Amino acid sequence: MAITLKINGKSETVDAAPGTPLLWVLRDHLQMTGTKFGCGVAQCGACTVHVDGEPTRACVTPHDALEGADITTIEGVSGDAADAIRKAWVANDVPQCGYCQSGQIMAAAALLRDNPAPDDAAIDKAMSGNLCRCATYMSIRRAIKEAASMV
Amino acid sequence: MLMRDLGIIPARKADSAGEEPSPIVNLSRRAFVGGAGLFVLGVTLAGCSSYVEPEIDADAFNLPEPGASPLTDVKGGDATPALWIAIERDGTVKITCHRSEMGQQTWTAMAQIVADELEADWDKVEIVQAEGHERYGDQNTDGSRSVRFNFHRLRVAGAAMRQMLVAAAALYWKLPAEQCSATGGIVSNTQNDETLSYGNLAELAGKLEIPAEADITLKTPKEWRYINAEIPSLTVPRIVRGEGTFGIDVNRPGMVYAVIARPPQLFGRVASFDDEKAVAVPGVIGTVRLPDAKPPALFQPLGGVAVVARDTWAAIEGRRALQIAWATGPNAGYDSDSYAEQLKATARRSGKVRRTRGDVPAALAAAKTRVSAEYYAPHLGQTPMEPPSATAEWDGDRLECWACVQDPQSTRATLAEALGIDKENIKVTPTWLGGAFGRKSKPDFVVEAALIAREVGKPVKVTWTREDDIQHGYYHSVSAQYCEGGLDADGKCTAWLHRTVFPPISSTFDNTVNEPSDGEMGMGATDVPFATPNLRVESGDAKGHVRIGWLRSVANIYHAFAVQSFAAELAHAAGRDQKDYLLELIGPPRKIDPETEGAKYGNYGASLDEYPIDTGRLRNVVEKAAAMAEWGRKLPAGRGLGIAVHRSFLSYIATVIEVAVRPDGSLAIPGIWLAVDAGTVVNPRHVRAQMEGGTIYALSNALYGAITAKDGAIVQDNFPSWRLMRMSEAPRAFEVEIIASDAPPGGVGEPASPPAAPALANAIFAATGHRLRTLPLIGAEGSKLKLPAKQSA
Repeated sequence: MAITLKINGKSETVDAAPGTPLLWVLRDHLQMTGTKFGCGVAQCGACTVHVDGEPTRACVTPHDALEGADITTIEGVSGDAADAIRKAWVANDVPQCGYCQSGQIMAAAALLRDNPAPDDAAIDKAMSGNLCRCATYMSIRRAIKEAASMV
Repeated sequence: MLMRDLGIIPARKADSAGEEPSPIVNLSRRAFVGGAGLFVLGVTLAGCSSYVEPEIDADAFNLPEPGASPLTDVKGGDATPALWIAIERDGTVKITCHRSEMGQQTWTAMAQIVADELEADWDKVEIVQAEGHERYGDQNTDGSRSVRFNFHRLRVAGAAMRQMLVAAAALYWKLPAEQCSATGGIVSNTQNDETLSYGNLAELAGKLEIPAEADITLKTPKEWRYINAEIPSLTVPRIVRGEGTFGIDVNRPGMVYAVIARPPQLFGRVASFDDEKAVAVPGVIGTVRLPDAKPPALFQPLGGVAVVARDTWAAIEGRRALQIAWATGPNAGYDSDSYAEQLKATARRSGKVRRTRGDVPAALAAAKTRVSAEYYAPHLGQTPMEPPSATAEWDGDRLECWACVQDPQSTRATLAEALGIDKENIKVTPTWLGGAFGRKSKPDFVVEAALIAREVGKPVKVTWTREDDIQHGYYHSVSAQYCEGGLDADGKCTAWLHRTVFPPISSTFDNTVNEPSDGEMGMGATDVPFATPNLRVESGDAKGHVRIGWLRSVANIYHAFAVQSFAAELAHAAGRDQKDYLLELIGPPRKIDPETEGAKYGNYGASLDEYPIDTGRLRNVVEKAAAMAEWGRKLPAGRGLGIAVHRSFLSYIATVIEVAVRPDGSLAIPGIWLAVDAGTVVNPRHVRAQMEGGTIYALSNALYGAITAKDGAIVQDNFPSWRLMRMSEAPRAFEVEIIASDAPPGGVGEPASPPAAPALANAIFAATGHRLRTLPLIGAEGSKLKLPAKQSA
């Protein structure tokens, strides 16, 4: 059944089976492939999007539960915090392979929006749900602190 | 504006101390192209005159066809400029990267090498990813050798192109080439203010003879502007916007999506299946029975049943609804726990001698003190964050594939073999790889996509779920090792015996092979750099029951774990400082050739003349890392420092780790200090990133990683049971020092991994007095070290 979702401020009509996670609607129906698949069980954070501003695992969130919600993906995330995070990510060459980084950036942008000066403990808490096999953790920590100094 | 906005790079690793990194050099993209930023579409301003660059008509020169390229066979392969460089009219410099980008920043590194000798304007550089084709030479992006294999020939290609551009300008200006100079994408007339841009000159340059290597002048290292510079990544600005195409992101018109139910055991097969419920799942289009795999495993798909659907989720749901009766096959008896005991038993018996010096049995018999230890390391999975994924599309008899593969040439060859079509009818283009670590050097998943696409007559994307990735991998080999050492009355090591037992990677390619290969033995066993007067390295045979494959740094992982742990055990037995004793074992600066002591040693495919085993460089990184960590400093109770050093992939790395072990056995890693001598470095940023990444990758595996098998099937299935380190566990301080060197480039992607686990185990011993010899140290379930009841060392 076709339903309408609000993604990055735009209305998108999708026709996926009921219960299909938002992740696959984004990737396979809308070709918005910036949001990544890593585990399918909300353990790695690669699929992190914002739903009404809250970091949310798209791989376990049925798309048909999101009618009327504001969905933001890596392609559309903006604002002072997201801009500063992107800038710091580039300045520090944070990503290696980059595959998990959409999720890392979505998590970090939400952190910085809510906490303009996160300390190590706050960073650990906000970012520990996002795995990175390249182990960019140290760079992420540096870049979040640097981004905080820009906002 | 912040300093960072200007591209100012920190001089050293920013660490937990919280101080501002000090800027050393302004390397913003604008800054190092000089005045080139003022150049707009054929018009440039030079001096105070107003000069309009004339448009060059290359055809007006009526040049004869140039002869064949004299650069097809320089060191490293073909350096013909047109193979690597295309300069467009607007000045865009397209550099072909024939290696796969998987986070090691090979796009940026390859471009730096070419662009430097070309004197290109970095702002105009773009990368073209090469398809798989022999014309590029080796494209197998593993073994930490993209820079090593291509450094020389890409410099030659860039320099040849630069000389041709200069020659074109000289021809246009009717000047000797010596009176023209190339900088930042522009050739200047040194006699006046005139300039010609590369975009304007390119067509004419392309009609000129390619210079022979003897006539090409490479820059001196002092003249490098991009090589050995902190050039920002070419991929990162796209990654932060969710752009760029990974294997899993490929989209083709009319494409359908597939996931596959594979036999739980290697060489198991489908006895029967019923897909009625699967095809009833909304969105499922149908199922495809895949051919059974037969030994040897090679790069074959594993067989099973594919579910094809209109999106990945429907395919996953359809797979859940499949009913399959499996025939378990010849490996159903594989139980990794009992096999571990078998491996350890083999390691206790004499094995095949792979290197020998002096008389170890006699020296052990005469030793004042004998020390022995057994080490065990389990199977591991590479688990890149992007699981394997491939897209295939047929056009009649022609096949095109896009996939996250480390080696598009072996992919093409494997496809040709599996599908029975000519290689010339197959095109394989690597996408970006969302990590690889050796998994994506095996193209089984691309063959799956091609087989299914042929059946369904539409483009097909095969996605491996995380469960698929963990349960159907090419696993890092399980291993058991036995070490024995003899010490004299002064505690000096007089005898070193190291016996290693593991199913070889060769077993994947020939299932009758059980003997560790010379290549695997040369990764940390037969190349042991110790000066002890009596030394013996042995191997024991072991059969593979799962597909054994490469994983970042390969056999170095378990060999370095045993060798560097045992070195510390000997130090303890001798009552000596671990670092001092390690240096004593290494002995004086010298060059080692294991072949003089009976080893067959491949040295990662390099000659020992060009890349010697140099104990001076090994000692140097030990001393450097120890100094960085302030080795010997007093630590509070429960804290300890451990050190390990290892040469692999022709680079030398020493790592010091500080651990804090709480009374309940839980652990934190406050700091890591690493010194690396990788010879000539193309981009220090990349090296630092690989040092951090390679170390944490290995620590994650050492702390938590174990792939185990029961009844031939893999027990772990997803991140809860296959555990990785997370942000909260990452060290607060991680300092990397890159040793300045003009030696030829070594590898950087893998060699940080081997010293990590033994440095950690040695630190835990220093902190607790407990010697841990079995990996993983914690495991997926626990939160505490598996500390023995009694101290055993």
